[in-house]
Amino acid sequence: MSTGTQNTQNVDNGVNVGALLDAREALSGAPEAAQFRWRTTCKWVNGTHSRSTIEGFFGLGEEQRHKTTFTFDADHPEVFASADNGATPVEMVLAGLASCLTAGVASVAQMRGIQLRSVSATLEAGMNLFGILGIDSDVRNGFDGIQVTYDIDADATPDEIRAVVAQSQKRSAVYDIVTNPTNVSVEVK
Amino acid sequence: MKTTTIVIGAGHAGLAMSRCLANRSIDHVVLERGEVAHSWRTERWDSLRLLTPNWQSRLPDFGYEGGDPDGFRTMPETIDFIARYAHAISAPVRTHTAVTSVTRSGDCYEVQTPEGTRRCRAVVLATGACNLPHVPAVAEAVPRTIETMTASRYRNPDQLPPGGVLVVGASASGTQIADELQRSGRPVTLAVGEHVRVPRTYRGRDIKWWMDVVGVLDEGYGEVDNLERVRSLPSLQLAGSDDRRTIDLNALSDIGVRLVGRLAGVSGDRALFSGSLRNQCALADLKMNRLLDRIDTWASEQGIDDRVGPPHRFDATRMEESPPLQLNLAAEGIRTVLWATGFRPDYSWLHVPVLDRKGRLRHDGGVIEAPGLYVIGLPFLRRRKSSLIDGAADDARELTTHLARYLDRRGAAERASSQEAPLNV
Repeated sequence: MSTGTQNTQNVDNGVNVGALLDAREALSGAPEAAQFRWRTTCKWVNGTHSRSTIEGFFGLGEEQRHKTTFTFDADHPEVFASADNGATPVEMVLAGLASCLTAGVASVAQMRGIQLRSVSATLEAGMNLFGILGIDSDVRNGFDGIQVTYDIDADATPDEIRAVVAQSQKRSAVYDIVTNPTNVSVEVK
Repeated sequence: MKTTTIVIGAGHAGLAMSRCLANRSIDHVVLERGEVAHSWRTERWDSLRLLTPNWQSRLPDFGYEGGDPDGFRTMPETIDFIARYAHAISAPVRTHTAVTSVTRSGDCYEVQTPEGTRRCRAVVLATGACNLPHVPAVAEAVPRTIETMTASRYRNPDQLPPGGVLVVGASASGTQIADELQRSGRPVTLAVGEHVRVPRTYRGRDIKWWMDVVGVLDEGYGEVDNLERVRSLPSLQLAGSDDRRTIDLNALSDIGVRLVGRLAGVSGDRALFSGSLRNQCALADLKMNRLLDRIDTWASEQGIDDRVGPPHRFDATRMEESPPLQLNLAAEGIRTVLWATGFRPDYSWLHVPVLDRKGRLRHDGGVIEAPGLYVIGLPFLRRRKSSLIDGAADDARELTTHLARYLDRRGAAERASSQEAPLNV
């Protein structure tokens, strides 16, 4: 009942499936190396503007570094009486979800021998400001739901493409983070 | 006491193994903690019927001979079937002989029971895959005011207090129990994680008939991409009944069962559910349609399209637009949480280092890496049907062939060394 009977040799979505499969095999035998820690630091700039910096993480038993340091400015738009120096944090959550699912789509398609030609995702999430403004305690702060719409052009049937997108959700870290509760501890030094 | 081979467990798998060993004149005994078919007698609910049709219980040299091959056995009928098999093959079963320990000693195994220690060259574990209910860690957080029960302790709705029930898990057990409880007047909320949806019948034939003739059930353990995954798949959403009805999530919604996502946590009085219900259902619908596509392709290739009903597809799984992410158990009137979250084998008595980090047996198609140690009756042991009664025959034959070869090699080595011995004196 597996999909993708095409020859994976001729399919190139730019995903190194061999390396992923090797890593899976290697980590199965070395569970401690599979323990990763992801990090970001964030500095307040002014008003609602802040800048996050991402450079190091821990994994495979040692400290790792990105090839370059990435910074992300976040702010709130002018309708919030802010300076709009960056994307709103909730929009960055949508970007994180979109990128995670899309990386999954490419990987799963590669594994299943499906050549992608174009993949685009549109995300939209509803939010009632009564929550964050404290107007109604029955309204949650966060999204009331997230809608993701994929438009994919690939050498596969519509159901094969739907199966790739479904499998990508099943294996997505950010999808898991937003669909399931996570303990969060915030301390002050 | 010395025996060549000891089979532990006198269910259908242990008995099938016994028959194959006897056919090769391999001296053996079957040790059974209770009566033949013990788990079927003691760990099943009252209304349960086999998920496979009567014809599909083909044990070595034994099968169904009644007048209702397409029916589904009740539990008393299943127990009777297995007990008659034990009698028909004169299986050397010692009942009420619980194995308390298996250890390796030199080239032999020592099997301890209350009546003493037996030594043998080979051991076959046929103790089943469903010894211990698996209950998720969140169970700890369920408030004390709520009753909890596992599927293996469940017998009938009367055991439960009146009021709502949260059934956790949507495999065969979870869906059947949800159906029965809802019909008993207890409003059921069903927490749905990964599940396998199939219709009971398709194009006028039972789905198990299709899976058998198409070859799905015969797929070998070397043919699948991810063996660990298929071995841990939940059971098919199926029930055996006279009206052959399908118990899928749509059928449960139709009688008023409320669907929510996988139980993700319990916080105070509130149960929290994953927001992944839509994708879990999409995965199951797509997987079912791939199976139906395969069936249709096979039917066309065989030229039997005119002898079965026309191809069709089932409605996608329906759910609320925004399924609830949390419920206040007390406020919703939920009095019981029923765990239908799967089972684990119990190897606490097996003192041979053959378990992986999650306590599962390391084996290659039932051949355990410790020489002379075998297992039968686990999901996808050697083929997809390994977990079915119908899968025991092929698995037992192949494992017996391996076991016999092992004993022959051992025997030859011993004879060689005893002949050499005088020269060394």
